[in-house]
Amino acid sequence: MESRSAKIVALCGNPNCGKSSLFNDLTGLKQKISNIPGTTIEQKTGFFSVDGSAFELIDTPGTYSFHPKSKDEEVALELFNADHPKRPDVIAYVADAHNLKRNLFYFSQLADLQIPMVLVLNMIDVSEASGIEIDVARLQQELGIPVIKTNARQGIGVEELKQAIGGSDFVTHIQFGNKEDDDIAHRYQQLEALIGKVQTQKTKRQLFTERIDPIFTHPLWGYLIFLSFLLIIFQSVFWLAEYPMQAIEFGFDKLGTFLLEVMPANWFRSLIVNGIVAGLAGVVVFIPQIAILFFFMGLLEDTGYMARVSFIMDKILRGLGLSGKSIVPLISGVACAIPAIMATRNIENWKDRIITILVTPLMSCSARLPVYTLLISVAVPDTYLLGIFGLKGLVLLVMYVIGTVGSLVAALVFKWIIKQTRINYFIMELPIYHPPRWKNIGNQVIQKSRSFVTEAGKIILIVSVVLWFLASYGPNTQSDTVFSPIETTEIENSYAAKFGKTIEPVIKPLGFNWKIGIALITSFAAREVFVGTMSTIYSIEDENDLVNIREKMMTEKDPETGKPVYSLAVVMSLMIFYAFAMQCISTLAVVYKETKSLKWPLIQLAYMTGLAYVASFIVFQLMR
Amino acid sequence: MLLADIKKGEMVVIKNVKPCAIKDKLMEMGCVPGTPVYLSLKAPLGDPLAFNIDGYYLSMRKAEAAQIEVEYIDTDGE
Repeated sequence: MESRSAKIVALCGNPNCGKSSLFNDLTGLKQKISNIPGTTIEQKTGFFSVDGSAFELIDTPGTYSFHPKSKDEEVALELFNADHPKRPDVIAYVADAHNLKRNLFYFSQLADLQIPMVLVLNMIDVSEASGIEIDVARLQQELGIPVIKTNARQGIGVEELKQAIGGSDFVTHIQFGNKEDDDIAHRYQQLEALIGKVQTQKTKRQLFTERIDPIFTHPLWGYLIFLSFLLIIFQSVFWLAEYPMQAIEFGFDKLGTFLLEVMPANWFRSLIVNGIVAGLAGVVVFIPQIAILFFFMGLLEDTGYMARVSFIMDKILRGLGLSGKSIVPLISGVACAIPAIMATRNIENWKDRIITILVTPLMSCSARLPVYTLLISVAVPDTYLLGIFGLKGLVLLVMYVIGTVGSLVAALVFKWIIKQTRINYFIMELPIYHPPRWKNIGNQVIQKSRSFVTEAGKIILIVSVVLWFLASYGPNTQSDTVFSPIETTEIENSYAAKFGKTIEPVIKPLGFNWKIGIALITSFAAREVFVGTMSTIYSIEDENDLVNIREKMMTEKDPETGKPVYSLAVVMSLMIFYAFAMQCISTLAVVYKETKSLKWPLIQLAYMTGLAYVASFIVFQLMR
Repeated sequence: MLLADIKKGEMVVIKNVKPCAIKDKLMEMGCVPGTPVYLSLKAPLGDPLAFNIDGYYLSMRKAEAAQIEVEYIDTDGE
């Protein structure tokens, strides 16, 4: 191995051991997040120094065993391959002191690699509160490596840990496994003997967890509590996010206007303003909703509540070919399918995971909301049902229900189609509850928003530029050369319109004309581009002038029949199309990366778009 | 007796995990012979179940719990 400027320290441990807090405490702000090459899996690295020597700390995903069961675990373990360029010089192993035996199982496997190690007993406060006492000096002596007590929440023991890592050159005395046959029971026997020497259980006090869980998993209260959390989350995602979203739109608007003024009027200005700035705005505008959603999801996961939701939802979701662990991706899908699909990684069952990935994009993501809002305002009358329920709001709610039901029904169908190749099981730890670790949650929000920007942003930007070209240029009808695009101010003469007119016969049975056809194509960048396209088509100067777009759409008449183009039938058909169709290239790209196969994104594209076509066809033919 | 069949309030120890595809996973999670276990929670529809495995909570479906053979603790009462 080549010499390194900084020693590499791997931070390892089981899930829920408080590893992330400790990582923050050790590295402070000196950390960076990077993707593991070829995956969307992120790895945190940070730096710290002890007595002038530098250390690079790698945070590995929490795992229970050296034999990986899920994708995250697989990645955690690649680091220890003998030829891995970042094979650690030291392992800092974090164990939850409240549950030492199971936490030391993975420790025992890593210890046998004979890499110098430091053992961290974290959450010492919880373990002491429940009457467990650990003789650290004795444990240190038995193992032959430094053992440090920490309470990551309060930053206790962090300095000692740094010192221990700095001076660490010790491997464990004990060989836990028998080399020829790695017997799990044998490892546990060794651990049992070890713990018997160092741990005493004094009084046994009932934990908060034991008192609260019967309520959170109660047949009535359990579901009611979950439902109220969902309501609070969705309310916040939609209403709270509105203000920053407006500010972002305003900002990009001003930037666009500014550039229009200062740049010379040529194709380059058009590319910058209508292609790149507009594309960037389309990415950034979703960050508030995604950040708020992941703040709440992080909160529920960090406190331990999310595991209870998986627990009470498993039986229901299992009937649909999913698992209790599918609940996080499905809920996340309401903000954006991209981080939701990345969240499927901790579903161990291959079939459950694939089905979750396939159906998550049917959940009504936030990019569909502006489309629904515009279309509803165009065609749904402003009346009230029973005097209190506004029809417009009701239709919007129905669209969300359709998305959710659609994804569950699709899951059921895939359950029958996809063959079970590996054993299906659900084994999950219910971590004890603890107060939220705000720093961790904050970091997660930043990380998830960042992965949205990098995964979706690149693609949305590229597609926006391509679409800018297609909408601003058209074939030169005067010239004989095959390809000599000319700039056009009228969208009717553009390549986009050509495409729209080409697909018109196909979409006519759904009630769509070529103008809607253009919008369907441009929506491949992101669904909300529909609104911008409509404003371009109706040549409205201010893109945010919804009232104006609405009026133009409402008054447009079919030249043949003289009836309004955007009748209720067309609008409902169009909304159904947006509910089901796979119009998001970024999502397809993430599915490709996560499944490492073109098969699944293609199946997804085909089934969703097919479903959209058939459903829209039925709706239009019934309602016309 | 199988772990899937124990009732609330019963203290048992694990006797054996039947040979099955998830045997290693169960054992890695601490379900090894000799471990004291009790039923902690039942999900609303009776499945999955959550057990206290020597101090921590592990949930699994009935099908998984049916792979684990247990017996009553008959020393120092129950």
